Amino acid sequence: MKLMSLTATELGKKIQSGEVKVVDAVNEALAQIEAKDDTINSFVTVNKEGALKKAEEVQKLIDEGKLTGPLAGVPVAIKDNMCTTGILTTCSSKILGNFVPTFTATAVERLEAAGAIIIGKTNMDEFAMGSTTETSAYGITRNPWNTNHVPGGSSGGSCTAVAAEECSFALGSDTGGSIRQPSSFCGVTGIKPTYGTVSRYGLIAYGSSLDQIGPVAKDVTDVATILEVIAAHDPKDSTSVKREEYDFTSALVDDVKGLKIGIPKGYFGEGLDAEVKDSILAAVEVLKSKGAIVEEFDLSLIEYAIPAYYVIASAEASSNLERFDGVKYGYRTAEYNGLHNMYKKTRSEGFGEEVKRRIMLGSFVLSSGYYDAYYLKALRTKALIKKAFDEAFAKYDVIIGPAAPTTAPEIGKSLADPIKMYLGDIYTISVNLAGLPGISVPCGTDSKGLPIGMQIIGDCFSEKTLIRAAYAYEQARGGYKHCPAAE
Amino acid sequence: MKDYEVVIGLEVHVELATKTKIFCSCSTEFGGAPNTHTCPVCTGMPGSLPVLNKQVVEYATAVGLATNCTITQNCKFDRKNYFYPDNPQNYQISQLYLPICRDGYVEIETEEGTKKVRIHEIHMEEDAGKLVHDDWTDCSLVDFNRSGVPLIEIVSEPDMRSADEVIAYLEKLRLIIQYLGASDCKLNEGSMRADVNLSVREKGSSEFGTRTETKNLNSFKAIARAIENETNSQIDLLESGEEVVQETRRWDDTKEYSYAMRSKEDAQDYRYFPDPDLVPINISDEWLEKIRSAQPEFRDEKRARYVEEYKIPQYDADIITLYKPLADLFEDAVKEGSSPKEASNWLMGETMRIVKDKNIEPDQVKLEGSAFSAFLKLIQDGVINKTVAKEVFEAIFDGGVDPVAYVEEHGLKMDNDTDGLKKIIEEIIEKNPKAVADYQAGNKKAAGAIVGQTMKATQGKANPQMINQIISELLD
Repeated sequence: MKLMSLTATELGKKIQSGEVKVVDAVNEALAQIEAKDDTINSFVTVNKEGALKKAEEVQKLIDEGKLTGPLAGVPVAIKDNMCTTGILTTCSSKILGNFVPTFTATAVERLEAAGAIIIGKTNMDEFAMGSTTETSAYGITRNPWNTNHVPGGSSGGSCTAVAAEECSFALGSDTGGSIRQPSSFCGVTGIKPTYGTVSRYGLIAYGSSLDQIGPVAKDVTDVATILEVIAAHDPKDSTSVKREEYDFTSALVDDVKGLKIGIPKGYFGEGLDAEVKDSILAAVEVLKSKGAIVEEFDLSLIEYAIPAYYVIASAEASSNLERFDGVKYGYRTAEYNGLHNMYKKTRSEGFGEEVKRRIMLGSFVLSSGYYDAYYLKALRTKALIKKAFDEAFAKYDVIIGPAAPTTAPEIGKSLADPIKMYLGDIYTISVNLAGLPGISVPCGTDSKGLPIGMQIIGDCFSEKTLIRAAYAYEQARGGYKHCPAAE
Repeated sequence: MKDYEVVIGLEVHVELATKTKIFCSCSTEFGGAPNTHTCPVCTGMPGSLPVLNKQVVEYATAVGLATNCTITQNCKFDRKNYFYPDNPQNYQISQLYLPICRDGYVEIETEEGTKKVRIHEIHMEEDAGKLVHDDWTDCSLVDFNRSGVPLIEIVSEPDMRSADEVIAYLEKLRLIIQYLGASDCKLNEGSMRADVNLSVREKGSSEFGTRTETKNLNSFKAIARAIENETNSQIDLLESGEEVVQETRRWDDTKEYSYAMRSKEDAQDYRYFPDPDLVPINISDEWLEKIRSAQPEFRDEKRARYVEEYKIPQYDADIITLYKPLADLFEDAVKEGSSPKEASNWLMGETMRIVKDKNIEPDQVKLEGSAFSAFLKLIQDGVINKTVAKEVFEAIFDGGVDPVAYVEEHGLKMDNDTDGLKKIIEEIIEKNPKAVADYQAGNKKAAGAIVGQTMKATQGKANPQMINQIISELLD
């Protein structure tokens, strides 16, 4: 039996029943990494010894009946921007090349408490800045569906690790689409929860007001199950929210009768690849045939989302990344002359080009004399975008659109033109600006065989509605389509 | 020389007396081994997040109310970005756009009468760590114990015109904040720090001159000296036709000289923006009312009440209320039935003498109210005499000693054995014929020699009144 080809919940059941031993699941994940990762490069760090040791401990607790949850013994890959005690955490940057945290991120801690086994830390765009996982200091990650193509980003490694079946599921983080876009490129399911649902404590910040951790997995059942484990109010994160309900799996119901779906016309216009468009509209038809009510509408302000996002995210990033200075941890330049020179050389050598670009941009928009014109204006735009969504959700239960304008681009094509790369975030970014939940569900492949993802967006705290819609579609679509390369 | 006027505004930083830091649960205790009061949050570890300590908001609000400020009920924190190794995140969490308190004032006494010093704002922020330079290895080390200790910064308007007014203003702030229990306000330990913004202008001018900011002032004396020094050097510049340069200067009190740290040209752009890791603070009307109603009786009210209610001299009331611990001791004693004047005498006399001897500040007195009250009761009940009382007072002064037990253990009770005492005095009279003769010749002071020797013979335990009575019986 190929254990890594099972969904996380299927594997969890087999472990609970005693049919599968935790150590066998871990060993299979490690073997798959051994076999595939030279090409794919999903991982920055493989936690081989740690995982095997943990497998024993977890097995014992399962045998004693002390761990009965659905994820006990299931191997998970963690994006390398979440702190893990004793395990290297690099953010795919040279500047954190030697950084071993002394504490574990709350979301990861909750997974570990539920018995999930950390198999390794996944590659990403440096500090989550990028849409291709090409800006990593530890090499690019390749899309298992076609290794000449990027996996998307920034949670590229988490999505390829799931698609290449190097783990059962993964955690990613999403600041402007970093879970949903690579999920769509890699043919897996990923959800970005409502801002404040999953604690950010231990997530190395990119854009603090936009960052959210979320699950990446093979199907909707998995992501709902994982979300149920990681979502909780955390007193260590002031922006964490106390939600009324956390029973996301109760929404795994095949029923969309009367569900009101809004299709923003602007999401299907110029710039959208025809094959992607057809595939998503076909998926919408499936939901319609199951009783959903579908209506087109105009979602205003779409064109302002990208500039507002890059101003806000870069501004926050420029400040968040100041702590990487060579003083306390991480990389420090070998030779320097005085404090100022040490800062300058450390940061010049430690950060990659895209990170420097955004630090410069962010520093500029916050600087005296420009603050009002850029940063404040972007905040006002953000508020207006939220208002536009509020109006839409007064009429519709969910909004459906693409997760990205195209399928995965070829390696090297996006980075050559950063503005074009930024424009690729058009369908995902406004969801972060408005703090909304969004899910990407595979809905087909293009003529090159590359996966396409449908994005379902809901109002704040409406994850259960998203899960219900995605689950109903998945039931009609059929089970998880394995990436051929995972064989 | 023209007639000049000095214009001064202050930025006062006050370390709040919370048990834990502003954004994490580390201890704020002073003096731990380096980096022992630290955690991922106050050392700026990647992924760590700040969570606001509510007590900080409560203290800041209380200070704002006591200084007649308007409280910003919806305020928030901003990040002040600058690189320095004592600043672990390389940004300080502070308040720029919406400080918690605005537009207040305090009243100070000047030679010309009462004067208002306006407060522009009070904001909350975190303290930085401490850099220690090791000359042996020529490297700098950072201690983050102080990193994240809560501060308020009180920014005045440029309303002061002399060093005396500056000191009166600082004293006023110190008293208000100490009475609130919001800080111990010690300049020498850095829990209260004042930066002086100073400019000079021709008297009568309505324009302000170019100002300098002087930092590192660790005592009232240093502040007075620095103001004098800076005033003179600005006047010298203007008189010689030069211009004052807007800059930040650092005062060196041992050299009585300040040197330029940075000029306006190298002024940093702090790129302030709202901290996205913290949510806006909402101070409800109810909470505000709760803080308002919990405001203590401040010094001015106390001072008036002591004269009015306890009939102690104005001078005594002035001194006792100058330090909250002394006022607390006074009130505890009076509440326990001591004579207000007796209590006041001990606070004004012996207390001040010991404070001076020990070279401490009056607000560092650790004597407990209960011990002080019990001590005064021993005197009042005639259990100890004045001579012994001084010894007992010294013994209980540092706290932790019960005067009743102390008197018992050391056998210090006043000797009221009349017959025994009479015998001793008879012997002394016999040995001192000259004193007796003088006394009987009308020089009543001559009895002093006999009293003194009696005290010596009884190791100070004799009841002085009783001695006088016996002498009178035997010799008159």
